[in-house]
Amino acid sequence: MAGAADTAPKRGRFAPYGLLSPGIIWLILFFLVPVAILLRAALSSQPERFVPDDLRFKWKWSNFSNALDRFGPQFQDAMRNALIAAVVVAVIIAAVVVLRRGLWHNTRARRLLVGALVAGFFGAYIITSTVDGWGDHFQRSFLYAGIATLLCIAIGYPLAYVIAFRGGAYKNLLLGLVVVPFFTTYLIRTIAWKTILFDNGPVVDFLQTIGVLGDSGRLLATPGAVIGGLTYNFLPFMVLPIYVSLEKIDVNLVDAARDLYSSPARAFRKVVLPLSLPGVFAGTLLTFIPASGDFINAEFLGSPTTSMIGNVVQNQFLVQLDYPTAAALSFVLMAIITVAVLVYARVLGTEDLTG
Amino acid sequence: MADETVIGIEHVTKRFGGFVAVEAADFAIQRGEFFSMLGPSGCGKTTTLRMIAGFEQPTSGRITLEGKDVSRVPPYKRNVNTVFQHYALFPHMNVFDNVSFGPRSRKVARGEISKRVTELLEIVRLADFANRKPGQLSGGQQQRVALARALVNYPSALLLDEPLGALDLKLRQAMQLELKRIQREVGITFVYVTHDQEEALTMSDRIAVMNDGHVEQIGTPEEIYHAPVSVFVAGFIGVANLLPVTVDSVHGSSATVTLPGETHSPAIVSGPSIAAGQPATLMLRPERVRLSAEEPSGSGARLTTKIMQLTFQGPVVRTDLRAADGTEIVAHIGPEDHLPAARPGDDIWLTWDDDAARVLPLADIKVGGEAYEIQEMGQVHFARSDA
Repeated sequence: MAGAADTAPKRGRFAPYGLLSPGIIWLILFFLVPVAILLRAALSSQPERFVPDDLRFKWKWSNFSNALDRFGPQFQDAMRNALIAAVVVAVIIAAVVVLRRGLWHNTRARRLLVGALVAGFFGAYIITSTVDGWGDHFQRSFLYAGIATLLCIAIGYPLAYVIAFRGGAYKNLLLGLVVVPFFTTYLIRTIAWKTILFDNGPVVDFLQTIGVLGDSGRLLATPGAVIGGLTYNFLPFMVLPIYVSLEKIDVNLVDAARDLYSSPARAFRKVVLPLSLPGVFAGTLLTFIPASGDFINAEFLGSPTTSMIGNVVQNQFLVQLDYPTAAALSFVLMAIITVAVLVYARVLGTEDLTG
Repeated sequence: MADETVIGIEHVTKRFGGFVAVEAADFAIQRGEFFSMLGPSGCGKTTTLRMIAGFEQPTSGRITLEGKDVSRVPPYKRNVNTVFQHYALFPHMNVFDNVSFGPRSRKVARGEISKRVTELLEIVRLADFANRKPGQLSGGQQQRVALARALVNYPSALLLDEPLGALDLKLRQAMQLELKRIQREVGITFVYVTHDQEEALTMSDRIAVMNDGHVEQIGTPEEIYHAPVSVFVAGFIGVANLLPVTVDSVHGSSATVTLPGETHSPAIVSGPSIAAGQPATLMLRPERVRLSAEEPSGSGARLTTKIMQLTFQGPVVRTDLRAADGTEIVAHIGPEDHLPAARPGDDIWLTWDDDAARVLPLADIKVGGEAYEIQEMGQVHFARSDA
């Protein structure tokens, strides 16, 4: 008996690591190792005649600046304006919140607001004037991915809401329908959209007939087609997490809000929406991150003027065989996404929403 | 307490498809009273409460609040508040924000809100917990937050849907007294739904006993307990001995009945439609009967029985008896009642005072949709303490 008592806590101590080991090994093999290889490539020099094994590791940091220089020097102004606009909007929202909640009389809140305002403007100015030569492709990637993510929320949230609260006996069927497109490969689905949107197709014809599109107007090869493709392809990744977070909400909470003098709209705003934000957060990550690096939609539904950073990376890797440049661009993309996600998590963090 | 109706339930019927949840409920709840709706699950008590709250609309009939018809008024425009069965506290808000939710919805001034919330948190003794999230509170504390969140709105009536159901026995008993104290302190009408007869007896000013969509009886706990109008009420509240009898004669509210074994007993007519010559049911509470080793003198009611079992239960000795016709009877004999020296198997006389016996109409009973045909009379106790 003493032996059993001795081994039990030992097993308990190591069991978590044992259970984690497949995940840890998976991460090391398929994330850390490739990242290391990528980083090595990003800091290597390009050989005369390309052989992947010939990459010479030289701490070549200039690969990063060269890559950014080559893909669009004109983005600086646009980026600066966008950042300043974002800061201004954030400060206005903060000001409205402070004023509406009557926190203006709270000295600490007032100082914080003014501090944020000043720091925000200076911060935006410094960031935008020091970061030089961002690529057009980066701009497009984040713009398209951002719009697609917003569209996914706009379409996916009501869809998830209806399935979760009004689905009744059809809940599983409706969820199945959301997932059904995955039964076909990503590539085929995107090419199918090309068939739907092609220049003499019924959709273009119809839109030309009712005058939405001009006689020479087209859908294919436009930013709209690329954004539409991204939205379509990533919609289930938005719907499912939102559905899960809505499904968890106790309907009695809505009854309680209505019982406490809240109109249905206020009950939604104060109870359902905040409790479903973790789902929106997860859905946004699952949509925005892969959409930013996506190249399939821009490849098939876009044109050279709508190509995204994913297309550049793909082209540099597989066509130009310029591994250092491709690797450097990948790292920049990863860095920007990491920073964006961290900022986003601070703003819409999930810690405050539960427990 | 002036007789002033706060909530009027006027011929209210509620159907869900073909299912009748509540049928022809008709009663009034007075200002300041602690009113309970008691019955087994599926009896319609929660549906009635939800109609008062506004979550359901009556199929026919009307509900009035402070004299105004609110049958079609949505919940957020009714001045009643609910304490939900599982509290339904907002998990993303702290205690203060939960409690201030109602006043903020109604755009009460900020200073007034914090004054009221602080006052209510004092009343429920949670003043130090304003910044906690519901997940950081115990069940009893969550319960009191739910109470404060409803009471902070000074509603015309507070509706409570089995609020103590999720608590363990000890806490439940403490909260019963706590609820009663709070109700006295704030003076607001409480409408309390429960399936626990002990809870209803402990707290209520009046009780409506419901079964199968019908209100069986409304009265004070004493009336309901001592003078039930139906076999169902007699069996649902406390323990009741039910004996098959034939009515000899009826004079106003007193009757004479023939017991099994051809002895006669005077009895008080408790329910409707008791007529001479008809079979009926006689109810005796276990604590209202006495045992005697010799045949009692005088002309009072009596029954010969055999002792089946004696069980010491602390305050009383539970005595299981069987009458000549096989009817099982339970007697609770207290220390002052002088239990004769008797053992299982001995014959013994059962007697009772004239006013201890109630004659009730014979009835088939449906509990929770299941038919309980009362074929064999005896000790009946429908209430399941765990349900």
